Parts: sequence; C-alpha cells; structure tokens
Amino acid sequence: MSEPVSKNQLMAALTLMTRYRNFVIGAVLTGLVIVCAFLSAVWTPHSAVELAIRSRLQLPSLEHWLGTDHLGRDILSMIMVGAQNSLIVGIVAVSIGVFLGVGLGLWAAAKRGWTEELIMRFSDFTFAFPAVLSAIMITAILGPGAVNSILAIGIYNIPVFARISRGAANAIWSREYIMAAKAAGKGRFRITVEHVLPNITSVIVVQATISFAIAILAEAALSYLGIGTQPPEPSWGRMLNDAQTYATIKPYLAIFPGAAIFLAVLGLNMLGDGLRDILDPRLTRGR
Amino acid sequence: MALLEVKNLDVTLATSRGPARAVRNLSFDLDRGQTLGIVGESGCGKSMTALALLGLLPENGVTTGSISLGGQDLLALDEDAMCGVRGNRISMIFQEPMTSLNPLHTIGRQVTEPMLIHQGMTRDEARAEAVRLLERVGIASARQRLDNYPHQLSGGQRQRVMIAMALSCKPDVLIADEPTTALDVTIQGQILDLIADLVSESGMALILISHDLGVIAETVDRVLVMYGGAGVETGPTASLFQHLAHPYTQGLFAAVPKLGSGGKGKSRTRLSTIPGLVPELADLPPGCTFADRCDLADDKCAGTMPTVHDVANDAGHRVACLKPDDAKSRMATSEAGA
Repeated sequence: MSEPVSKNQLMAALTLMTRYRNFVIGAVLTGLVIVCAFLSAVWTPHSAVELAIRSRLQLPSLEHWLGTDHLGRDILSMIMVGAQNSLIVGIVAVSIGVFLGVGLGLWAAAKRGWTEELIMRFSDFTFAFPAVLSAIMITAILGPGAVNSILAIGIYNIPVFARISRGAANAIWSREYIMAAKAAGKGRFRITVEHVLPNITSVIVVQATISFAIAILAEAALSYLGIGTQPPEPSWGRMLNDAQTYATIKPYLAIFPGAAIFLAVLGLNMLGDGLRDILDPRLTRGR
Repeated sequence: MALLEVKNLDVTLATSRGPARAVRNLSFDLDRGQTLGIVGESGCGKSMTALALLGLLPENGVTTGSISLGGQDLLALDEDAMCGVRGNRISMIFQEPMTSLNPLHTIGRQVTEPMLIHQGMTRDEARAEAVRLLERVGIASARQRLDNYPHQLSGGQRQRVMIAMALSCKPDVLIADEPTTALDVTIQGQILDLIADLVSESGMALILISHDLGVIAETVDRVLVMYGGAGVETGPTASLFQHLAHPYTQGLFAAVPKLGSGGKGKSRTRLSTIPGLVPELADLPPGCTFADRCDLADDKCAGTMPTVHDVANDAGHRVACLKPDDAKSRMATSEAGA
C-alpha cells in the first residue's frame, strides 16, 4: 500500500539529479562497469577465452552482439571479463597508493622537520617518472604480468596520495581545534588518527576515484604494450592491441574495447568531480 | 614553594630575520586559588608565555629558564610526559570557541576525551562526569547536548563547553587566553563570572590573558603587564590600578576609551593612543623594550636593562623602569589636572 509518488517529490529528485549530474552520470557509468565485472564472473554470453576460428571476425549480430575477434572470441564477453580485470587493477593499485601514500603523508605532516622534507622529496623523485614509464621499468625488472603491472601502478600512486594528504593534513594541523587537542594532552599519533584523518577523508576519496580512472588507463596502456595482463586473460588494452592488426579491415574491433575504456574512465572522473561537489561545497560555490 | 614558579623564562623564535625574543627574562609565581592576569597589546608575548607553559611553542621556538609545577621542572620533561601534564595538570581555554572544537566530533566525545586519556575513566563514568560538568558551566539539558555537534551550539555555549573540557581533569592551573574576546559583551561577563566562580570553588590557579583592562580588573588578584616580551610591571590589582608606575601601563590605561570623558565644553575627545608601534621582536633594543615609544626615555633607557623597583609601600608591586620617579610624578600631575 505505497503512496503514489507525488509530483513534487519527482521534481525534487529531478532537481537534485541535475544539480549533481556529474555524480549521477559518473555513478551510473561506474555502476555499469561493476555490474559487468560481477556478472561476468558467473555468466557471459559466450566463453571469453575459448577459440572458435570458424566464426572469426564476425560483424555484430544477434548471436555475437559486438561481433567476434580474429580468433573467434565473443567481443562482448571479453569486454565483460576485461571489466573484472580493470576493476581489480584499479582497486588494488589505488589501495596500495591510499594506504602507503596517506600513511606517509600523515606521517610527514605530523613530524614536520627533516622527516617531512625527506618524505616529500622522495615523493617528488618518484612523481617525476610518468606512470607508464615507471611501470615499464618495474616490469622490466620484475617481468611482465598482471600482478607486476598492478604493483607498478600502485607504486606510482603512493606519491600522489602522499602529497595530497600531507597538504590537506598540514592545513588541518594549523586549525585551532588541533591546538586545543594538543592542550588537552593528546599526542601526535592520536591527533592524527582522531582529528586529522577524518577531516581529510573527503579529499582522499575524491583523489581515489580519479586515481582509479588513471589506473584503468595505465593498465590498458601496459596491456596494450604487452607487459600487463598476459593472454589468454582478456584485457581491454590487449584487445586494442589485437585489433590494431585488423584496424583497416575491421575497425569495429578497436571501437568496442576503446569505448569501454573511455566510458569507464569518463564515469570515474565524473564520479570524482561529483563527489567533490557534494563533499566540499565550498569549492564549487565560486564556479 | 609556590605551585607554579616561572623563573627567567626566555622564548626565542628563529625567524627569517634572525632570532626573535618573544619572551624575555619573565618571572612570576602562582599559588593555588590565586589568579594572575597578563595584560599587554597584541604581540607582546602573552600567548607565547602560555604556550611555553604547556610546551606547545611552534617548532622554531626555544625555551630557556625554568618552569616548575609543584616542584617538577616542566622544561625537563619529554614530549610523552608533557602530554600527561597538558589537559591534566595545566589546561587551557582558547580565544576562539567557534574553531577550537573539532566540527566532526560530538560535544560529548570532546568533553569526555581528556578524562578517558588522563584519568582512566570508563566511557560511562566519563559521560556522567561530562553531564555534571556541562550542567556546572551552565549548559541547559546537558544530557541531550552531549550528542550535539559544535555547529548546533552558539558561541557562548561553545566557550562553556571549552571550559568544561578544560576543567574535566581538575587541573592545578587553568590558562585562559582571551576567553571572552570573541564573545558578545553580554556573554563576556557571564563567562568571566563562571571562570572566577570555578576557580574559587576548585582552588586551582588561574592565568587570565587579556588585552582588556576591564576584564582583568574584574577577575584577577594580581596583574602582570607585558611589553615586547618582558614583564614591565606587576602587582596586586588594586595597587597596580591605583599607582600606574610604568610609562607603558600609564599609556595603556590612557588608551581605554571612556564614555563622556570629553569634559565641559568639549563634545568629543580624540581617543588617546601610545605613539609608535609594537617593536619587531627580532630587533628589540638591548635595554628597555618600551624605550623607543616612551616619552620619558633617554639614551640610557635603550641601552641598559631597566632595574626593578618597589612601588610605593605596596608589597609585591614592582616596576621595571630606569625612571620610576619621573613616571610617578607625571601620574601625580595628570591626576591633579584631571
């Protein structure tokens, strides 16, 4: 016996959705990637790894919605499984960055002095190498593979989070309630955990979403270069690489994985922007 | 031996312009139940003195001299031991109640925390004590307030919460750094009365820092006037207000705006000021810090450390000045003229 939704409620919901349209679009696109990833774990239209040479290079049809590649694998299925791969890379790489980077940033802000100097200069040093370049270096040392590429992207993320959390933490450390907390007899560690960290969470969450998008892009690049995810494990970057050979005769092969990367990255970036709008209203009022 | 003894306290801040002596050669002592007011204009070292007592100077600050609390030398304690002193034996009320509470934590959490840290109370005990404290500082429906966030309280209420926090561990010394500056005049009096009542109830010692002479006159027994980091005059409130012995103290009092002070025939008077500016702490003269703004000063003043004299017959009223007699006679003529 539910009340029919009134016109006003509908209008209010619409207004909210337009005000936070970045967030809404971002959340929908990101949600789509997540649904694909989970769904592919239990069901895909066809096998994503089995070869069916006879039905190779087919155009999109009712049987194969997005067509098949040069080995006859179903493109839609591969994209769905590839979403899994991208998500895992994003989650693990961003987690490495968040835990170590935020830890280092908070440590630097709490200790100040030469500890801060050392951590930040080290961050600058690591930061100076572009993500893909440092990933290539790391895979050159550790060997190619999904795990090493995750590690490489994760390491690249550490200084990103160290810098942002140290900057935000320094701003919090200069607040008066921190002085009051010190005067109440709290040590640096306690102040960091109880006062500084909760106050910089929104900054970290926003950065994490954006770093997630960068991680997906970096993983695709590494797989495209052949040093990321190894076959037969489907990956969006690898699919692009495979499609390259047939780019002139079957251009749609590149379009679908490319679109998947594009939409996932766009979605995460919009989600990040939207979250920033919601979590830090002061920043957006001026726009 | 007094509860709190500060001897020859020097605070030096390393700045880009060289070392700045924010507090120089300051000595005072304070016993239980006593109240000391520290007066002076912005940048005279009042707050630095308070922070030095708590060991919370900025990183570029160095403290020398001695601060002893109940016979224990605070400057010799390491950071962990100081954490045990702060909020427990010495606590502080800050100027800005609006920003001194963490916006993300409830009032209850912030008031109970010192008790959880220092007194080892259980959460329930601390909560019960917090209700009692909030009621004592005059917060209505204290139990419900525990679950409120700072933004749900007014400025006056927040300052009451800060006071409750500062008192939660029954400190020996309470430092109130301009506790009423950010509040409405109507609330100011209430908060000062509350602080005075709490001090006499609990027998703790109070250091009240203010630039407001009215606030000082109403609340404390003894006054320390600071200028350029140095204590220039100290004494019992009544005696100090009666015989303004230091040229700076005289200037400070003359600068207090008075209603209807224009006198006959004059509808308006200019507000009196002390000429010049507070000196840069990095380039203070070697002698009296007030020398370059003092109309009685001569060349000797800027070069020699002022000597300390007893003022009149009042015990404990002392002034650091090379020309106390000139200052005294000037006071006498201005009073005669008034």
